[in-house]
Parts: sequence; structure tokens; C-alpha cells
Amino acid sequence: MTQQQPIPDPAMFTDDAFEPLHGELRVQKLTRPSLSYWQDAWIRLKANKRAILSLYIVIGMLLFTILGPQVWRVNPAEQDLLQVSSAPGADRSAVLVAPYRPWTNIPPAPIKPGLKLVGQATTQKVQLIWAPIPGAADYRVYRDIIAPDRQAGIYGLPLGTTGSASDTYYEDLLDLRAGTTYYSVVAMNAEGKDTAKSETLKIKLIDGITASEAVDRGLLKPDAIPPLGTILQLPLHPAGTDYLGRDMLARLMQGAQVSLFIGIVAPLLYVLFGIGYGSIAGFLGGRVDQVMMRFADFVVALPFLLFMILFKIGFGIGPGESGITPLIISMTILLWPGTARLVRGQILQVREEAYVNAAQLLGARTGYLVWRHMIPNTMGVILVTLTFAIPTAIFTEAFLSFIGMGVAPPTASWGSMSNDGIKSMLVHPHELFFPALMISITVLAFNLLGDGLRDALDAKMRSRE
Amino acid sequence: MLLYAIKRLILGIITVWFIATATFLAMHAVPGDPLSGDKAMTAQIRQNLEKKYGLDKPIGEQYLIYLNNLAHGDLGISYTQKNREVNDIIRENFPISATLGIMAVVFAGIGGTLFGALTALYRNKWPDTVIMLAVILGISVPSFVFAAFSQLIIVKINTALGFSLLPVAGWGTVSHILVPSMVLGLGTMAYLTRLMRSSMLEIVSSDYIRTANAKGLAQTRIFTQHQIRNAILPLVTVLGPAIAAITTGSFVVELVFAIPGLGRYFVQAVQQLDYTVIMGTTVFFGAFLVLMVILVDLLYGFIDPRVRLN
Repeated sequence: MTQQQPIPDPAMFTDDAFEPLHGELRVQKLTRPSLSYWQDAWIRLKANKRAILSLYIVIGMLLFTILGPQVWRVNPAEQDLLQVSSAPGADRSAVLVAPYRPWTNIPPAPIKPGLKLVGQATTQKVQLIWAPIPGAADYRVYRDIIAPDRQAGIYGLPLGTTGSASDTYYEDLLDLRAGTTYYSVVAMNAEGKDTAKSETLKIKLIDGITASEAVDRGLLKPDAIPPLGTILQLPLHPAGTDYLGRDMLARLMQGAQVSLFIGIVAPLLYVLFGIGYGSIAGFLGGRVDQVMMRFADFVVALPFLLFMILFKIGFGIGPGESGITPLIISMTILLWPGTARLVRGQILQVREEAYVNAAQLLGARTGYLVWRHMIPNTMGVILVTLTFAIPTAIFTEAFLSFIGMGVAPPTASWGSMSNDGIKSMLVHPHELFFPALMISITVLAFNLLGDGLRDALDAKMRSRE
Repeated sequence: MLLYAIKRLILGIITVWFIATATFLAMHAVPGDPLSGDKAMTAQIRQNLEKKYGLDKPIGEQYLIYLNNLAHGDLGISYTQKNREVNDIIRENFPISATLGIMAVVFAGIGGTLFGALTALYRNKWPDTVIMLAVILGISVPSFVFAAFSQLIIVKINTALGFSLLPVAGWGTVSHILVPSMVLGLGTMAYLTRLMRSSMLEIVSSDYIRTANAKGLAQTRIFTQHQIRNAILPLVTVLGPAIAAITTGSFVVELVFAIPGLGRYFVQAVQQLDYTVIMGTTVFFGAFLVLMVILVDLLYGFIDPRVRLN
């Protein structure tokens, strides 16, 4: 038998027998401020320099798209025919010339051998005159933008012949462009073949504009026409112009509207549809879930780009339509299963969590469960999916527009601009460079932002660094 | 395994049937028919021609004829090129695309495995940083931009050397394949590198690598025999989507490099609205892709015993 403890006398437990404990009473009080899931994610995202930089780029792109056209008020469809395919930073000066009149008062041929320029060489006209070359039966005139190779007999573009030995003058009006130009006159023999005798002249062509053209373009006022020969400044095109003389910056902004609109709206639509489909399948479960997911598997198996093209043909884009709506509809129809699978998986997982059971036990209704517990807990994954879906959609639009199946002209998109630019890539690289750069930067920014969001929002999906 | 293969094959046939049906419907949604816009013809001639080609029959019957032709492998006749069958076009041009595609897959596979393994080996050191930077660029830059700029670089190199080191475009010799297949495989290679890296890093911390280390195997042997071999497995699963990406990528690359493959033919048909060629090649490409995905899945089951047992 163990010795029994003596029972303490109840009279001992008076109030003054106790002493208050000094110090922290609420042992469970948190020492740091409580952070919600989103606050925590934001802190983690802010620590990721690449993701924050990408976020700035994305915001910058959006500003460029929305505010850009307000600041740079140039009509993207307007053609500046004096500055076709001009590179950024090209010379913008143009000389005021008289309206064109046929060349009648031809001066006498010079005595000294060699080519001579008559008047000013502008993009309106170039008039040449030369001393007769002995032994020539006729003359052929050539033009080139690089120095001719006289040994090889390469002089560039043949412009025409003068017709006789006595005519030693030529007027060039054919598609003149500003810049250094080499004119060559080659003496022809009686059989009409070029001989080795030739004369070459290097000329710097400048843009020529007539007073009425300048007034039309708003460069001059009709009541204040300066004298001929005045140098005018043509309109500025910061990013140059395209092959039709349209302002590239304005077109890049219009293209950004189209590309980003498709790139954001299409993923938003199919992600929303995917959320609905996936959460219904995941929540109902059982046979319905099986049938629904089989159907999703089937849609996944369809070759995406081929079906995009088929849909486009099926919609039958008419003339003057941009083709944006069919593009968005077909993307939505084809791309939702990825999100649906993901959301279903998440819902199935969350459904088994203890806190959902607890909420159910406390009498929460289904709607409340979905709205309060399931959706917020799958939100992170959905946001990451959406961020990665945007670059995919931008890529798809660019690809389709590039092969001529996307946005229809004259609407600009970055893809269709690249398609236009690639044709003159070797001569005017800026026409390809700018739209390609815009696509690459935007896609890069969204990809890096997606990486950052995934790391910040979802511990399970976090990439192993 | 056999049951699984049969199941997949049936699902594949259903998919191809669906593609064919969608193709047929899309073709009928297009305004006009093969006879409109060709030449002015009297109502009688038109009626006779419609009768000859079965266009006067109800749409359901036309659909059955179409399916029957398809089942016999007849894809129709080109609109824009008279008397040229789509089958001939595919027979002539697909081998070129296939050569290019196989080269691209080989290039992407070898490059992806190698670079992925390198990044994992030199984790957080400069080779890792450089390769991962290149991977992000490879994922973010569209293939047509790569194609265009590689052409630009070839032109510059050729001009600088004074002779033609590499052809800028065209088809025919081995040197013609080199650059286009690299451009075509680049996106897939970037993707595979990323996958290989994470797969390698996962394996580093697994028990059997620890065992191999504990029993004193040489590091190079662990790396080549245990790590790379196991890390390659997940790469096989994405081979299906990769083949699809390379097939559609070939549309652009063949267009830019002027390679007379089926992809370029398809894009040209799209631009010229040669509907029968579009439809025929779509069904062909669709069937090809579906078959490839099934083959890759079966192959995966063959390679990885864990999948086979499930």
C-alpha cells in the first residue's frame, strides 16, 4: 500500500495564497503580424528580381498599348509615300521643287568628257547630259546604289537607251529613292551591245516635294509658300516606316492592341471555361466526372494548330474583317482542357482536406464550400496557368498571322508585321526587327513573371532551384 | 498492354474520324464551291458538272462518299493545280518534311539531354546560368524570327568569306538540311533542356544515387549510368507533343528557307485557298500526329517497367 497523500486543508486556498504571474499571459499570441496567403505571396514575388522586372515590362507594354496611341497620334493606315521603308533615324529633309514639266530646253552637250548633272537631283527627277563618246552608236543608261564594276561590266539597273548617237542626255523618273546613287552611261556599238567605254557619276539624291504635295501633307500653309529650293522637314517616324510608307510606331501600337487583346482575352476565356468545367467534374465526381474527363482527353488529342486553321476556314473571314473574333473563339474551343484537368485535380485534392470536412460538419452549404474554400485554394494554380497561357496565345497569334491564317490585313498585328518584314529583311531589317522584338520581349516577360508567380504562389509546384 | 494499345488505337481512329468530319464541315461552310469563280458557265453545263462530281447529291450522301474515299486513301484533287492529286502532293513532299523533322528531333533530343545534364552537373555555376538564359530566349523567341536571323547571319558570313559556306535557302544537299533543322529543333531543345535539368536534379537526391555513392562508384559512372539514364525517361513522354510542335514548326521553317516540303505546300495552299489540298493535308497531318502520340505512349510503356505494370 502506498502512503496516502494528506488532503490539503481547503481553508488554505484563499485569494492571497495566489500570486499573479507576471509576463505574457496569451501564450499563443503571434509575435509577427499575421499574413494572408496573398500578402505572403506578394512578399515572395517582390524578392524575385527577374519577376518584378518582368512585371514592370508587362505594365510598360500595357501602357504602350493603351496610352501609346493617345500620345503618338499618327494614323497607322496613312501612307507616307516620300518615306517608304525608311529606317529609324534616316534623313528627313526634302527640298521644295517646282511641279514636274517635260524636259524641253536641253542644254548643249558639254565639251569635257564625263557625265554632268543638270539642275538638282531629287527624287522627282534626275537629268543627265554627257559629252559624246567617240565610236558610240547609242547609249544605255544604268543606275545602281553601289559603285559599278567596270571590269566585269556590271552597272546595275538598266534604265533605257537614248536611241541615237546624237542624243547625249537622259532623264530618270523611275522610282527614285533618296541616297547615294551611281549613274553609268555605256556606249553601245552598232549591234546594240555594250562596249567597254563608259562614264559613271556618283550623285546624292535628296527627297523632292512640290508645294502642292507639301500643303496636302500639312507641311506648309497654302498662303505661305517659301521659294523653291527651301529644305523642308518631312514627318518624323521614330521607328521608321514599312514597305507601304506606314508609320511603324503607330502600327506597332495597333499591333500591340491586337496581339495583346488576343493574348489576354483568349486565355482568360478558356481558363474561365476550364475552371467551370473542371470544378463541376471534380465536385460531382463519379460517372459524370469520368465522362467529362474522357471528353476533355478527346479535345486534347486534336492537333491544335490544324484545328485553328480549320476553324478559321469554317468561319470564312470576309474582306475587311480583322479575324480576331474567330481566332479567340477557336482558341477557347481548343485550349480549355488543360485548365479543366488542373482545376479538377485541385478540387479533388481540396475536397479531402480536413478543413473542408470541418466546414461541412459545421453545416456549410455546397455553394459556400466552393466559393469560400475550393476556389480560393485553387486560385494560385489558376493564376499561374493564366500567366503561362498568355505567351502561348501571343505565340499562336503570331504564328498564324505569319503564315497568313491569323489577323487579316489591313489590321496590324505583330505576327502579320513580321510576315511583311521578313520579305525585305536583307534590305530593310528594321521592318522585321521591331515586331519580332516586341513579341520576344512580351513573351519573355510573361514567361519570367509566370515562373516568379509559380514560385511565390505554390509551394508544391515550385521549381527546384 | 495489348488491351491498352487497342484502346488507344480505337480512340485514335475516332479522333481521325472527327478531324475528317470537321474538315468536311469546314469545307462546306466556306462560301462558294469548286465550280464557282472558275469560268462563266451556263446553267446546263453547271448542272452537268455538278452531276459528274456528285455535288448535286444531298450533303449526307456527299459526306458518305467523302468518308468512303478517305477510307480508301483518296484525298481528292487540287483546285489550283489541275489534274494533280493530293495523294501525289503528299507522296512527293512529305519525305522532305520527314527528313527535316527527323533531323530536328535528333538535334533537339541530343542537345536537350546534353545541355540539361550539363546544367544539372554545373548547377548554379556559369554553364548553368548561360544555358538557362539561352533556354529562356529559345522559349520566348518565335521560330520565324530565328529562321530569319539565321538566314541573315548566313548571308553576312558568306559575304565576309567571299564564297558560299552554307546555302541560304533551298533543298538538295546535306548542307541544306543543317541550319533549318537546327532552327526547327531549337524550341523543342529549349523545352527538353528545362525538363532534363529538373529531372536530373530530382534524381540526385534519390536513394539509389546515394547507394551508388555509398558503395564507392566513380562519379562519372554514376552520372552516365544512373543519373542520365533515369533522367531521360520523362523526356520520352513529351516526345509526342514535341513531334507535333516540330511538324507545325516546319510550316514556318520550310516557308522561310524555301524547302519544298509538305509544310510549305500546306501554307501555300492556305494562302491560295486551295481547299482540297488544305483539307487533304490537314487530315493527313492529323492522322500522322495522332499516330505519333500513340506510338510514343506505347514506347514509353515499353521503356519504363513502372508504367507497364500499371
